[in-house]
Amino acid sequence: MTDDFTPTPALATVTETQRKMLPFVLQLADTSLILAHRLSEWCGHGPILEQDLAMANIALDLLGEARSYYQYAAELEGQGRTEDDLAYLRPAVEYRNPLLVEQPNQDFAHTIVRQFLYDAFHYHLLLQLQQGPDAHLAAIAEKSVKEAAYHIKWSSEWLIRLGDGTDESRRRIEKAIRNLWRFGGELTMPTATEQTLQAAGLVPDYAALQQQINAHVARVFEEATLPVPENVFAQQGGKDGRHSEHLGYLLAELQYMQRTYPGMQW
Amino acid sequence: MTQQEWPLWEVFIRSKQGLDHKHVGSLHAADATMAIQNARDVYTRRLEGVSIWVVESTHVHASNPDDAAAFYEPANDKIYRHPTFYQVPDSIKHM
Repeated sequence: MTDDFTPTPALATVTETQRKMLPFVLQLADTSLILAHRLSEWCGHGPILEQDLAMANIALDLLGEARSYYQYAAELEGQGRTEDDLAYLRPAVEYRNPLLVEQPNQDFAHTIVRQFLYDAFHYHLLLQLQQGPDAHLAAIAEKSVKEAAYHIKWSSEWLIRLGDGTDESRRRIEKAIRNLWRFGGELTMPTATEQTLQAAGLVPDYAALQQQINAHVARVFEEATLPVPENVFAQQGGKDGRHSEHLGYLLAELQYMQRTYPGMQW
Repeated sequence: MTQQEWPLWEVFIRSKQGLDHKHVGSLHAADATMAIQNARDVYTRRLEGVSIWVVESTHVHASNPDDAAAFYEPANDKIYRHPTFYQVPDSIKHM
């Protein structure tokens, strides 16, 4: 499917502890898939050729990561469903991605703010998952964290350029921050499922993660000469399947091919 | 006059340690940092490189094609400038 994707090896046996991770693994998979799809919408429409390619590259990284999670999820589930069934044939309410990643691209500034908020979370989460007790998830994280390190470098660079750029870029990035900031909080607000897994030591503690993210965000915002918004109400629900209307339209396009030609491969 | 287009940069990639950087193409970028990042995205997607150089294209000065006759043709009949002109004694190895 992608240029250079190597499938992760199949598991010999699935332990009970691993099976508990299924909803969390699916949440990671859905998040990567939906953001990959949003970025791929830029393909052929990027502001310049070089950034068109940059966004397509990031989309492919995230899609590869999503595949690793979906394959793992399919094995944990053990119901005979494949990665394609999980990615392409579930209704919107079953998707567990946070609201942030389904928000529309709008202009380049919105895409950058959405990406930066996600990258800051994604990068620091992967650093933790690498050390986690689930060896399979740790292996996926170890591969993906190198990609995520580049993603956050890319989105930080653009946030700084737009924030500390022209009057127009400043106006646009400030507007994007105003529109999207309320979706950042959900990333580190544990759902009931996440709380259970955190209590069992299977998922990293989000309070500690949030501190690392805040420090990273503060550094980049300072260089971008932008104030970090404070006391913003956090919109949530995506991780529990309560999505904005945008996800339905996105899935209609994403799932079209599998639904029209079931079992199709290429 | 305000500059509307980002400047053009020439990109050089070293494919592995010990080899020279080779010219691979050009791209647009606002500054050197962005040029290196763009080069990474455009020219190293398929494991092409371990190191990137970028040079703003305006800093590359080229010879004029109209000078080709004066520049290069005089070398045509001076084959003695090639080391092959000289006899290498049999006792000299590894040449």
